[in-house]
Amino acid sequence: MHLTDRQDIEVALFTEALRKRHGYDFGQYAPASFKRRVLGLVTALHLRSVSELTERVIHDETFIHSVIERLSVPVSELFREPQTFVALRERVLPELASYPHINIWQAGCAHGEEAYSMAILLREAGMYERCQIYATDFSDAALAKAQEGIYPAREMPLYLENYRKAGGKARLQDYCTEKYDLLKMHDELRANITFANHNLVSDGVFGEMHLILCRNVLIYFTDPLQDRVLGLFRDSLVRGGYLCIGIKESLSFSGVASDFQLLSRELPVFRRTAPRNAP
Amino acid sequence: MMEACVVGASTGGVSALRSLLRGLDKGFRPSVIIVQHTATEGFNVLVDLLRDSCVLPVSEAQSREPIQPGHVYLAPPRYHLLVERQHRFALSVDERVCHVRPAADVLFQSAAEVWRERLAAVVLTGANDDGARGAALVRSLGGTLIVQDPQEAEAPEMPAAALRLAGADHVLPLNRIAPMLLKLAGRANA
Repeated sequence: MHLTDRQDIEVALFTEALRKRHGYDFGQYAPASFKRRVLGLVTALHLRSVSELTERVIHDETFIHSVIERLSVPVSELFREPQTFVALRERVLPELASYPHINIWQAGCAHGEEAYSMAILLREAGMYERCQIYATDFSDAALAKAQEGIYPAREMPLYLENYRKAGGKARLQDYCTEKYDLLKMHDELRANITFANHNLVSDGVFGEMHLILCRNVLIYFTDPLQDRVLGLFRDSLVRGGYLCIGIKESLSFSGVASDFQLLSRELPVFRRTAPRNAP
Repeated sequence: MMEACVVGASTGGVSALRSLLRGLDKGFRPSVIIVQHTATEGFNVLVDLLRDSCVLPVSEAQSREPIQPGHVYLAPPRYHLLVERQHRFALSVDERVCHVRPAADVLFQSAAEVWRERLAAVVLTGANDDGARGAALVRSLGGTLIVQDPQEAEAPEMPAAALRLAGADHVLPLNRIAPMLLKLAGRANA
């Protein structure tokens, strides 16, 4: 049997171990990218095989945290895919401005880059005081890093470029402090962000949202899990609420597509049309 | 019989790809899936360029899209492109491989696992070593590896790296790669 087929067996056993031992279900993750991540984990931890990883996951109490961190959403950028922020600024925020209080859910926040980007966008629109951002992830380790809001300074040129393309109104340096080779986001950006553990695979609706951002997370899920998550988003959104996904993601292969209306042909920003909790 | 063909190209790749695609005819049935490294996000320009050089339909691969025969797909900029077992595409923003995303290694490895001996991989001009590990897996799973002759490649490093790590079934000048693909696809008198 070829190594790749033996690895498939190992990945299946690893997935089973994570589920039975720790309650994390990766069974509905897109297999090709999940296998890559698991093999990457084996390399990063200097292990010999996925089986060795499985053994550690079963017997080592604390090991699971670093595994979950590395299997969760990868690191992002400030103002990644900047054209989306232009659309949010020009098309979505003016609509949301009519609400006295605005709930925003950023699902799959990883290290928080997107939550801070959103906070900056809202500040520049003069709306941040009225907004509550719920930034969620299923990795506690990632959430702890997101709470800190510290990023490598070497990424600054990319962030600056993104911020400029996103139509930033000030200087990005006004929102963070550069020290040694690190950038720390200012505390005031964190004021209305709640970082919380939520697993899209197994957790449910936790509030009524006006805008949900979930970019480049659905690409890692199979159809049934995508449908589950999109159903969760639909049921969380107020009527007319907005869903923003990654520029290369779409709802066209999903069963909930009819509950959403595409806002712009170029960008994956959708508006919820059907009544809440509709079948 | 070849069902799919994956292609990796970097520096000098655009003109090499145009020349390669010009050699494929309307009856070419395998799916063609391309990773071209690019510094910019203006990928639609590349789709248009390749469309002009090719009688087969050309488009950017979309997340979850079923892979059609006789169609040419390009990996979207800044995303890795993978093939799933149900012959559908998957995208990923996981970290760069060989400093690039999309990486030919990621495409080649996932495609090799799906198509095995019914896959051909082509490594074209490029100034890094992306594609070499993927090419090795393609060969070890019974697929056919075609490497552009480094001596005539605009940037020899990428084909040379593939040859070093994976060897090759065919080392060919650019103008003989399309005829070889036609032959592997079972096209008569190719």
